[in-house]
Amino acid sequence: MIKKIFFIIFSFFFLITSLFAEEKMLLKKQNWSFEGVFGRYDNSTLQRGLQVYQEVCSACHGMKRLRFRELNDLGFTNDQIEQYAKTFEILDGPNELGEMFMRPGEPSDTFVSPYKNKEEAKATFNGAYPPDLSLLTKTMKNGPDYIYSLLTGYEENSPQDFELTDGLYYNPYHDGKVIAMPPPLYDNVIEYIDGTNASLHQLSFDIVHFLNWAAEPTLQERKSLGLKVLLFLIVLTLLLYVTMKEIWSWIEK
Amino acid sequence: MAKKFKNKTLAWLDYRLPIFSVLREALVDHPTPRNLNYWWNFGSLAGIILVIMIVSGLLLSMHYVAHVDLAFDSVEHIMRDVNYGWLIRYIHSVGASMFFLIVYIHISRGLYYGSYKSPREVLWWLGIIIFLLMIAAAFLGYTLPWGQMSFWGATVITNLFSAIPLVGDSIVTWLWGGFSVDNPTLNRFYSLHFLIPFIIVGVVFLHIVALHKFGSNNPTGIDLTLKQEKIPFHPYYTIKDFFGFGVFFIIFGIFIFFLPNSLGHPVNYIPADPLVTPEHIVPEWYFLPFYAILRAIPFKLLGVLAMLGSILILFVLPWLDTCKVRSCRFRPIYKQFYWIFIFNFIVLGWVGSKVPEGHYLIISRICTAYYFVHFLIILPVLGMFEKTLPVPLNIFKNPRVKKKYK
Amino acid sequence: MINKNKIFKLKKDRRSFLKLTTTSMATIGSAFAVWPFIDSMNPSADVLALGIKEFDLSNIEEGFSKTFKWRGKPIFIKHRTKQEINEARKVNLSKLKDPQKDEDRVIKPEWLIVVGVCSHLGCIPLGQKKSDTRGDFNGWFCPCHGSHYDTSGRVRKGPAPKNLKVPKYKFINENKIKIG
Repeated sequence: MIKKIFFIIFSFFFLITSLFAEEKMLLKKQNWSFEGVFGRYDNSTLQRGLQVYQEVCSACHGMKRLRFRELNDLGFTNDQIEQYAKTFEILDGPNELGEMFMRPGEPSDTFVSPYKNKEEAKATFNGAYPPDLSLLTKTMKNGPDYIYSLLTGYEENSPQDFELTDGLYYNPYHDGKVIAMPPPLYDNVIEYIDGTNASLHQLSFDIVHFLNWAAEPTLQERKSLGLKVLLFLIVLTLLLYVTMKEIWSWIEK
Repeated sequence: MAKKFKNKTLAWLDYRLPIFSVLREALVDHPTPRNLNYWWNFGSLAGIILVIMIVSGLLLSMHYVAHVDLAFDSVEHIMRDVNYGWLIRYIHSVGASMFFLIVYIHISRGLYYGSYKSPREVLWWLGIIIFLLMIAAAFLGYTLPWGQMSFWGATVITNLFSAIPLVGDSIVTWLWGGFSVDNPTLNRFYSLHFLIPFIIVGVVFLHIVALHKFGSNNPTGIDLTLKQEKIPFHPYYTIKDFFGFGVFFIIFGIFIFFLPNSLGHPVNYIPADPLVTPEHIVPEWYFLPFYAILRAIPFKLLGVLAMLGSILILFVLPWLDTCKVRSCRFRPIYKQFYWIFIFNFIVLGWVGSKVPEGHYLIISRICTAYYFVHFLIILPVLGMFEKTLPVPLNIFKNPRVKKKYK
Repeated sequence: MINKNKIFKLKKDRRSFLKLTTTSMATIGSAFAVWPFIDSMNPSADVLALGIKEFDLSNIEEGFSKTFKWRGKPIFIKHRTKQEINEARKVNLSKLKDPQKDEDRVIKPEWLIVVGVCSHLGCIPLGQKKSDTRGDFNGWFCPCHGSHYDTSGRVRKGPAPKNLKVPKYKFINENKIKIG
């Protein structure tokens, strides 16, 4: 009897929940290789993602938590990384004369931000500054799917009853359906080094893969260690259970 | 004290400093009811997670920097550069949730089996003090990563003190050490966050002393008088506790390795910005029921008092519940109210995560009212009128456990 | 009777076997679990990445030396004169506390590169500036407990047990070295 009442109350409870749920755009769910228990990053996708970041995003967005040396994870050799780092100018100092100076980048340097500081970024973009991308996918629920949907979700013509302010763009996935960032990606906006067809889907998919790696470089280590730990714990717990039953059998008879 | 240690060195030392015999009394010989079920595992689980939190926290503190400009970066440094830093940090952040989960179950067990009733009132009080200290530690600790939710959570909660008449604003300024949550606030929060766990250890010690005075309650809730009703703690309950640890570590591990961020709020991965408030400020899940009570009442001071009262009322619970029978097993009507109370508490947690408007506000008010009605009206009245089932004289005569123990 | 005893013995065996297996599994597990906590106190990835550094030698004139910071410690780079090199090479090895040939301590004889930390208790020896006292052997002198080093950075007198350490380094070109 009690169980039935509780069943009714609980189902009522969840019914209300679903009724109250706000109307939200369904995200375009993608099949990410880093998801799931055996999640892994894919090196060629990551390398293409780096290219997209470098040639498109980095014009406006910084990536200050990423160091050149970490590109090791993408399958680049130390020499390649050194060469790559050298193509950037890094502000260093003060030197013996007390002056700041520019030097070529080293593997231990962070990615170079397009702005000196947040204030400069704000001034450049009338207050709506482009966020740093280092942790982007971790800052929202379903980060990878959301960013993929956002990048591929721009619509050229906003619905007729929708008034669009100048300098803003219509994107149903963004809060308030408008966004200050112009559509950054479109078919063939860049040419991939490895010759992959640079469709909007491919570009968005690759950059999101790369961004997720940048936000969580330890994901692979975490999941593979987790499998081993859990396997061990399950065996140990079973053993503990059998031992417990054995010990308790002394007095249960 | 009767038994001497065989090892001569040990015996010599113990004669002068009797910690070994005290430990042996507590962990080996302590007579424990033989009919404890798995709900009694959660005490030792709370103990082990407290140790895990202190150890992981100590190692985090070796890399963390309590400065507004560096706190967020130092946490990311831990996540990216420190060897196994990501593991230790996830242990600590998921561990906080697990600690509360365990303690909530531990408290619920006490409520169900009447563990708070005479002569265990002080044991119960010490438990509530631990819970209050945990709330403080968790709140202070959540501020340290200096993300958006850290900053705004700290701002909102410290502002509660401004509800105090006359001196409220001065108290808030004093708490902050400035005119907003800022560097001095972060520094003192870090100090206190480091201190409180050790106070908890002290209170846990008292909790155990009080527990061993009368021994554990048991599922029947009766006082055990026969010798055969009790068994030594070791090996029976040591192995059972270890099995409990095993099961717990599996669940803990699933969260640490595969769902480390599922219990937290993603906005906290955005560095704190004192000029931008996030859309919804919500505390971690374990505070949501109390947060709902706070927001259910439209007057600030009353809301704060209700929230505090919802926990402090537990202190007088042993006298509000006037029924002499401890265990729910023999209280058919209270048992139903118990489950309604638990359900009500879960609903409170659910509305706590929503914006307090429209239906949500109404639900939160009904649930808040019911929360207090349960303690202030239902429990005292039920104690007077409820017809309890016949209570067995000892655990062997209890028909439910009879089969097991011939 | 015998049968009963046997059963009893088997049960006892089963019990001790279980206890042993479980205990050893749990012990091994705890040992592994401790490692991440210990390892977290080792140098982190960013510290290790800074372990390699390049230094420019071009503006150190003969007879002068310069101090750089590497891994939080001073690196002494000494541009030795002919005389100083000769002094260092003449020494009878059997007289040394920590016998080492000068040839083994340098890549190019005119450049002596050592970690400027006294092998006694970690003070920084004097002798880098022209005005410093250089000790009895014209190299370095540690003011803490009076150890004297020669022009090859070898200990000659005082409580220090070892020579000044030579870090791993290589010449990238004529005027540049890479330490680490």
